[in-house]
Amino acid sequence: MVEEENIRVVRCGGSELNFRRAVFSADSKYIFCVSGDFVKVYSTATEECVHILHGHRNLVTGIQLNPNNHLQLYSCSLDGTIKLWDYIDGILIKTFIVGCKLHALFTVAQAEDSVFVTVNKEKPDIFQLVSVKLPKSSSQEVEAKELSIVLDYINQSPKCIAFGNEGVYVAAVRDFYLSVYFFKKKTTSRFTLSSSRNKKHAKNNFTCVACHPKEDCIASGHMDGKIRLWRNFYDEKKYTYTCLHWHHDMVMDLAFSVTGSSLLSGGRESVLVEWRDATEKNKEFLPRLGATIEHISVSPAGDLFCTSHSDNKIMIIHRNLEASAVIQGLVKDRSIFTGLMIDPRTKALVLNGKPGHLQFYSLQSDKQLYNLDIMQQEYINDYGLIQIELTKAAFGCFGNWLATVEQRQEKETELELQMKLWMYSKKTQGFILNTKIHMPHEDCITALCFCNAEKSEQPTLVTASKDGYFKVWILTDDSDIYKKAVGWTCDFVGSYHKYQATNCCFSEDGSLLAVSFEEIVTLWDSETWELKCTFCQRAGKIRHLCFGRLTCSKYLLGATENGILSCWNLLSCALEWSAKLNVRVMEPDPNSENIAAISQPSVGSDLFVFKPSEPRPLYIQKGISREEVQWGVFVPRDVPESFTSEAYQWLNRSQFYFLTKSQSLLTFSTKSPEEKLTPTSKQLLAEESLPTTPFYFILGKHRQQQDEKLNETSENELVQLPLTENIPAISELLHTPAHVLPSAVFLCSMFVNSLLLSKETKSTEEIPKDVDMEEEKESENSDEENDFTEKIQDTNNTDLGEDVIHQLSKSEEKELRKFRKIDYSWIAAL
Amino acid sequence: MGEFKVHRVRFFNYVPSAIRCVAYNNQSNRLAVSRTDGTVEIYNLSANYFQEKFFPGHESRATEALCWAEGQRLFSAGLNGEIIEYDLQALNIKYAMDAFGGPIWSMAASPSDSQLLVGCEDGSVKLFQITPDKIQFERNFDRQKSRILSLSWHPSGTHIAAGSIDYISVFDVKSGSAVHKMIVDRQYMGVSKRKCIVWGVAFLSDGTVISVDSAGKVQFWDSATGTLVKSHLIANADVQSIAVANQEDSFVVGTAEGTVFHFQLVPVTSNSSEKQWVRTKPFQHHTHDVRTVAHSPTSLISGGTDTHLVIRPLMEKVEVKNYDAALRKITFPHRRLISCSRKRHLLLFQFAHHLELWRLGSTVATGKNGDTLPLSKNADHLLYLKTKGPENIICSCISPCGSWIAYSTASRFFLYRLNYEHDNINLKRVSKMPAFLRSALQILFSEDSTKLFVASNQGALHIVQLSGGSFKHLHAFQPQSGTVEAMCLLAVSPDGNWLAASGTSAGVHVYNVKQLKVRIGFHACIPLCHVLPQVFEYSIPDKHYTDWSRTVQKHGFHHLWLQRDTPITHISFHPKRPMHILLHDAYMFCIIDKSLPLPNDKTLLYNPFPPTNESDVQRRTAHAFKISKIYKPLLFMDLLDERTLVAVERPLDDIIAQLPPPIKKKKFGT
Repeated sequence: MVEEENIRVVRCGGSELNFRRAVFSADSKYIFCVSGDFVKVYSTATEECVHILHGHRNLVTGIQLNPNNHLQLYSCSLDGTIKLWDYIDGILIKTFIVGCKLHALFTVAQAEDSVFVTVNKEKPDIFQLVSVKLPKSSSQEVEAKELSIVLDYINQSPKCIAFGNEGVYVAAVRDFYLSVYFFKKKTTSRFTLSSSRNKKHAKNNFTCVACHPKEDCIASGHMDGKIRLWRNFYDEKKYTYTCLHWHHDMVMDLAFSVTGSSLLSGGRESVLVEWRDATEKNKEFLPRLGATIEHISVSPAGDLFCTSHSDNKIMIIHRNLEASAVIQGLVKDRSIFTGLMIDPRTKALVLNGKPGHLQFYSLQSDKQLYNLDIMQQEYINDYGLIQIELTKAAFGCFGNWLATVEQRQEKETELELQMKLWMYSKKTQGFILNTKIHMPHEDCITALCFCNAEKSEQPTLVTASKDGYFKVWILTDDSDIYKKAVGWTCDFVGSYHKYQATNCCFSEDGSLLAVSFEEIVTLWDSETWELKCTFCQRAGKIRHLCFGRLTCSKYLLGATENGILSCWNLLSCALEWSAKLNVRVMEPDPNSENIAAISQPSVGSDLFVFKPSEPRPLYIQKGISREEVQWGVFVPRDVPESFTSEAYQWLNRSQFYFLTKSQSLLTFSTKSPEEKLTPTSKQLLAEESLPTTPFYFILGKHRQQQDEKLNETSENELVQLPLTENIPAISELLHTPAHVLPSAVFLCSMFVNSLLLSKETKSTEEIPKDVDMEEEKESENSDEENDFTEKIQDTNNTDLGEDVIHQLSKSEEKELRKFRKIDYSWIAAL
Repeated sequence: MGEFKVHRVRFFNYVPSAIRCVAYNNQSNRLAVSRTDGTVEIYNLSANYFQEKFFPGHESRATEALCWAEGQRLFSAGLNGEIIEYDLQALNIKYAMDAFGGPIWSMAASPSDSQLLVGCEDGSVKLFQITPDKIQFERNFDRQKSRILSLSWHPSGTHIAAGSIDYISVFDVKSGSAVHKMIVDRQYMGVSKRKCIVWGVAFLSDGTVISVDSAGKVQFWDSATGTLVKSHLIANADVQSIAVANQEDSFVVGTAEGTVFHFQLVPVTSNSSEKQWVRTKPFQHHTHDVRTVAHSPTSLISGGTDTHLVIRPLMEKVEVKNYDAALRKITFPHRRLISCSRKRHLLLFQFAHHLELWRLGSTVATGKNGDTLPLSKNADHLLYLKTKGPENIICSCISPCGSWIAYSTASRFFLYRLNYEHDNINLKRVSKMPAFLRSALQILFSEDSTKLFVASNQGALHIVQLSGGSFKHLHAFQPQSGTVEAMCLLAVSPDGNWLAASGTSAGVHVYNVKQLKVRIGFHACIPLCHVLPQVFEYSIPDKHYTDWSRTVQKHGFHHLWLQRDTPITHISFHPKRPMHILLHDAYMFCIIDKSLPLPNDKTLLYNPFPPTNESDVQRRTAHAFKISKIYKPLLFMDLLDERTLVAVERPLDDIIAQLPPPIKKKKFGT
């Protein structure tokens, strides 16, 4: 499986969930959102990701339910294709190749076989709304080249286009225009607001538009926070509008409820506003949603709303304005100061999250595990306000301690600095604030590190600061007569010729502390805090400093600002080797001797993996990213891989993740994309109404054991029971008055006959499903899948099979017919 | 040194009284406006919104309702319990009739214009029959528990809706009994208010009753079933007025917060016939309560406590974008409240119940063009003359020599003689006025102060000779037979030989004062025309329009001049330079130099910046119209002498400062 491999840089999760409006399934059980090149299907009840629809080769830019079959989903992408999915099974049904970049997708129930997409043809800023005729064809890939322009010169964002009143007209906004195109009359009306030159209306720009589902009413959002409700727009003269004004900043999105009785709006205030009856006085609020509302969508059933937020979060909100679920991706709203860290307990990636928070992000499941509120202050969103920033964080003692540093600097001389130490509480399964140190240093803290040696009996933390000192903090007993407690105090303050301390690092066994003072590296004995040795290369300030691991623990590595990477031997106290390399990121692998360094020549970034003992790198990959790489981290693997190729052995025990300036999280992978897809899509095939959550597995197992026997016997009956109601003979029997019924003997044979299943339906309905399941079993045998899930799937599969059959589309029927012709004799041999 | 020294007067402490009712007459396109002091004004909407006629107020006559009936007849009713009809020709009150129901709160004329309905304090609704010369009580409807604050007829005339406190009643006109009683919700934003006052109702032809109330709601009721159909909460304060368009496709409501909301009947979808009422645009042109609104076919009219009459055109109804499409705010009366004595530099200010006499300040300093000169002597308040009785002053005048003051109320005429002894003033009333001088619409002194011209409300013009402390009635020009048209404008030639008078029907009569006979009577205009931005000049000796006037007519005015929307309120000749005509309205002052060529559409009519150098002055004087917009709002401007002007301004902020405080509203960010 892993014999011939090729390392590629792949995007690994953390993609924007809030790029486009989320879409609800018809029964509100699922919610779909675009996520990079994929479409994700979440359960609205449990927030779990049920499916990931893979297939597009570029950013997915729009999703819509198929208006003619609400169990199907259309998606469009920048790769120029429109794909039709069966989202319940996560299967790609069809691909329509359009051929040009598609920026948004719209569907209208009345336009039977066409969808609408946004394309741009000539100039970069001029977009057109075109309708695409989707040809009816049985083949998997169809070319759809029949385009006709509906509206020209529109905005790229799909928020600026809305179809109204059962597809009678389409409204599009851009700058100061509202254009309405009527499909029947084939005319466009254009309404212009007074332009920006007039100071009073300086921010009149349109930002979004929504159409009333029942009435001819268009709602438009504006830069200045106003919402205008346009009516009577058939006539360019007699049109009229009302203003609703609550938002003080731009209206980000608008949505009408299904019946049109209320209008939802949201913006930078992070408040969802519901305007009932479209009146100014009758409004409801859902405040404190945490971040700017980017999109609002409404479920077709009308029971749920959902808001997408700028912090990569989707909130599912109940009709009565109560938040019911949160789907949180990797927060990428702001700049990352803390770098990438791995929480030793959960193996989660830890970095800056929401303002003042530390986020714990699970790389495996691509979702946020939780947020740790470090600042514990209300965030005030105001332009130009200097905020407190969480600048440093470090884990120590196998995840038992967390140190964080926050700072706020309004002027050169006014620095506010605070260090907090958090203890992991087993009881609450979270971090609890233990010690708060106000102004631990006189100047900014440049580095923070724990002594992570296994033998160390006392947790130790070192901070280095620009004020020229490094301080050693230790945990001491802080008990008094009221309670037993521990707290952190300063144990030692060290300095070296008043130079600014720039980096600090403990050796692996914790016996040595290396602190760099600008160009000089000093080594301190961690027992006595004695200065042991200094290294000076006079090659510029030290940017990174780290000790070698395992067999290479006698080496100390330092990377300087002007592009020198040096390696010192601690035994001989001499320079072992040095290389000219402009190192941006240097990360040691905790599970091996390897050290990864990312250098940045003029353009792009290169990766070097080396062992300190050998000056020759193990692996070089040039051009891993076009932009600057800001942070990197090694994540230990749960199950070691076994790459035989020497060049890839460094990936055996850990995986390397890195974050670029535009905050895309990338990693190295050897699997081909198709291979990567298989496990998840197979595993999640045939979903029943409940998604597979861990809780579900536990409960399912329990139940399974209880009534295993019962299940086996009743399995066949389960198939038939729902059918009985539909049999005319039985319904006639039950609805006819008793006194006119013929004798029971006469009825008996008719009744029994009606309960028998005809042979033909059996062959068409049951066998194809069996085939699917057989294949599934085969593939899953190789995976470490629990067998109890299998059984559940079996039972539920049959249930689901019936549901689907009731609404078979024509293409599916054809497929079924194909199956009938196939010879199934081989099944008997199994 | 500029061309003129200007006295910029800002001590005219005039506050117009608040507007209580407006009534729009579709037939003549006229608007009747009543104010809280009982004044009723009539505006001609087709003639540039000029205030044509006015009926002086009376202390005891607070109007609560105003309506047009039978075409051109105007009725008002007030808290003194009387229904009053106005004589629009003679400009006086025709009769007043007590309704015997206590204070009257509301009045409505029937759609057939033959009946008048009043709602009284005691809860009675009284029906009056309109006869050609009077009104006659017909019957009472079922008496309600509390006062009837609003009334509306169904367009077919079979039913009426009456708004009271906490409920709306629907009456059947034939039987006079209440058909339905619709209780209005007292809840106000979740808080139960003590009472909910239905300030206005409107009955639509489809049976819908629209009500506005003190809880800030606009509600739609079905009069057939007596049920609430829809409710719009639009304000945190009272909604005080409602007016429906004739086509019943839009209506307007005014709130105590100063906002006017427009509601329109729009189709729900393009292909269905179902229509619904939606609130469309809010207009905030008022700072205080909007007590009354009216809906003309092309505009929304509102007035209230802040004394402005606002006419907001409906853009979708306006065909061409001209000066009709502009928003108008009328604050000041279009008649003269100030007169000036040139010789003594005195200004006489007319208020509702008193007169004030001021002496202008003086200066010895000189300065450059545009400088403000320091005063060496401040303006003096010389006299405060209070009227007797409850009636308002109609008009007043001070003679050019400053020794006579005349004023008139609706029933009495007063003439005073002023004697100046150094700084002291001696005021002596001239007693024993002749009986025919009972009331005057306009008073004017001749240039040499020897003659007094009085336009009485009977249509007659009286000439009175003044000499020493006595007077002598010289002559009365009787109106032409058959007409009782009131003269409301007078002008006299500087030599005192000619007197021009203009009535309400745009005709100008010129009288020869020496020979005491009517020289000419023609229906055209002499050098003044207030209403449209046109100027005519008529040569009296030659008996035809002057050549300049003909060229002006032929050449046409500058398009910007024609787009001006405020009526010219004053015009005069420069005494020493006969080629110069001075005129002004509320926003600009203009000198027309007849010797210079007329501007064409390409030249710049008005340059807001002061001239910088000599060549600039040359360039500016290239055409006849010289306009200054420095002084606004300009109430009065006149020449004191050849090089001195006096301008009286009344800044709007000063008026607002004297009004009661408006409803406090929370404003975001404060």
